[in-house]
Amino acid sequence: MSAARQPIAAWASVSPALLWTLAFFAVPFAAMGVASLFPKGEAGLSLAHYTQFFTNPSYWRSLTNSLEVTLIVTAISVLLAYPFAWILAFGVPERWQRLALMLAVLPFWTSYVVRSYSWLLVLAEKGIINDSLLGIGLLSEPIQIANTRAATVIGFVHFFVMLLTLTIFANLKQLSPNYRKAAADLGAGPVRSFIHVILPLTLPGIMVGAFLTFVLAIGDYITPQILGGNNELLMPQLIMMQIGRRGDFAGASALSIILMLVVTLAYFLCARWLKIERA
Amino acid sequence: MRSFYLCRLLAGASVGILALCGAGAASAADELNALVWCDHSDPNLLKPFEDATGAKVNVKEFEGTGAGLAIIEQSQPGDWDVMVIDSIDVRRGVDRGLFAELPEDKLPFADLFPEVRMDGMTKFDGKRYGITEKFGYNTIGFNKAKVDPADMQSLSVLTNDKYKGRVAIYDYYLPVIGLAAMSIGKKTPDITEADLPAIKEVLLKMKANAKAVTDVVSSQTALATGEADVLVGGGEWVSAVIAKENPDLDFSVPAEGAILWSQSLAMFKDSKNPDLALKFIQYVLSPEGQARLATSACYWGMPANTKAALNDEQKTILRFAEQPEFLKRAQPYPAPSEDLDKKMQDVWTEMIQAQ
Repeated sequence: MSAARQPIAAWASVSPALLWTLAFFAVPFAAMGVASLFPKGEAGLSLAHYTQFFTNPSYWRSLTNSLEVTLIVTAISVLLAYPFAWILAFGVPERWQRLALMLAVLPFWTSYVVRSYSWLLVLAEKGIINDSLLGIGLLSEPIQIANTRAATVIGFVHFFVMLLTLTIFANLKQLSPNYRKAAADLGAGPVRSFIHVILPLTLPGIMVGAFLTFVLAIGDYITPQILGGNNELLMPQLIMMQIGRRGDFAGASALSIILMLVVTLAYFLCARWLKIERA
Repeated sequence: MRSFYLCRLLAGASVGILALCGAGAASAADELNALVWCDHSDPNLLKPFEDATGAKVNVKEFEGTGAGLAIIEQSQPGDWDVMVIDSIDVRRGVDRGLFAELPEDKLPFADLFPEVRMDGMTKFDGKRYGITEKFGYNTIGFNKAKVDPADMQSLSVLTNDKYKGRVAIYDYYLPVIGLAAMSIGKKTPDITEADLPAIKEVLLKMKANAKAVTDVVSSQTALATGEADVLVGGGEWVSAVIAKENPDLDFSVPAEGAILWSQSLAMFKDSKNPDLALKFIQYVLSPEGQARLATSACYWGMPANTKAALNDEQKTILRFAEQPEFLKRAQPYPAPSEDLDKKMQDVWTEMIQAQ
């Protein structure tokens, strides 16, 4: 192929992806941006919805709630997923690993909504957890877990631990065993070898999983709505509230743009680790 | 896991495409496209109509008038034949030029409870655009085995610390704000912006006692599992459908009154099957249709038609005989202006965020 035709071929090969992104992301995103500037019942352009978000503490709080919940979920999920992935990668015989991975994701073959309502029943005052703790005498009266932020976090962690386990597992499996052997030859114990060699090398896998967890959790409506008991509002719930009865799409669009900016900011903070190529 | 998420997205997209295909196919003369609430999806309601007319009813569920109007805006004229809508929001459809005039002489208006004809909300310039099909109360739902029923006869229970941690609040700002207004002696049609601070004070006290702010399904779950013993904004629509499993679930209409909710049926001006649409409305308003709608699997509610063919057990659960008394004390849904509506929603947001 001549040098002159190479750019054409390159554009032709990426054009389906570009068109897809243009049609299903860029154009709707731009439309949402424009819609957010025309508040319901007002004539002409206005930044009223953005101003309201930053001046109304109830609105602003939905973002801080979302960030708090998402960061807690991401941190707990990483802490649980890493040892889980380690056991799968190095503790389970190779021939059983595929089965172990399948068993690990088996619960997710059920509906997301059904799973959330199931958690609600498990965490309820008369649910399995309270009944068990009361039965063995650890509690004298039931504690409230359902309809709290803790319930939202549990629901999220149950889902995202698996996501992180898979990304970290893939990263650990790519790691040559020679790194650990070399560290041991140079006198590093298992802990030192893990902290100074293995952990830095698996950081990209952790960060990819953590970023995905962050993005998916901060935009999720179902889990906080069902398990959180609406005792506090997260951003997706606030967005839905604008649409429900009033059909305020301008308000919902403005909030969605703000949420998108937060995700973009998170991306830039994680960007140095979010590389496609292998380390 | 990424592929799992991709599958979910693709599955969602496929369902959307199928829904669009369904809507397109539904233009056939023997099909009816109905934009409805979940109580109209019950085969027990639809099948007799389909059997009698040979028509297929395609239903699309939505929650909240805003969401329903958004679906219409994204549809082609003629895609939909009938719609279920809050009676207070019939005007929103009329203002958009969506609805056709209903022929009063072909519908059983004389048989409706007079209080739920809602002429002020469904009739404009002498033309009727909506007919009430089902109604009930946003009031106090409770488990009578766990609370003192006498306490439930006054709206003071909204802020009573006695039930702290045992209360759930129905997550819909209009009726609950209406109840809060009534508890401080304000009539719902008279609520103004000046009343919002006092109403907010009541809402914040309610929230301090509440365990959760729940949607329809969560409200039923909360009462059914014993997570909550009192549901502010509850009523027969929550307790009746699970009454057989738990006969202790009940509702009161306090001395101060309750909020009357009502849902209407409207016919689209651009319906491709106006005759079938009218037949459907006539069926739903008939004694048989009314009984089936009132006892729908999704939620129960009072039939608007006094001649609804309910059996004695169903009438007892719905407290049919007490309706004249209840209706005397009931007040209409708040019907705020656009500006006041927004302010009410903001007060509601503040309440939920209050810790």
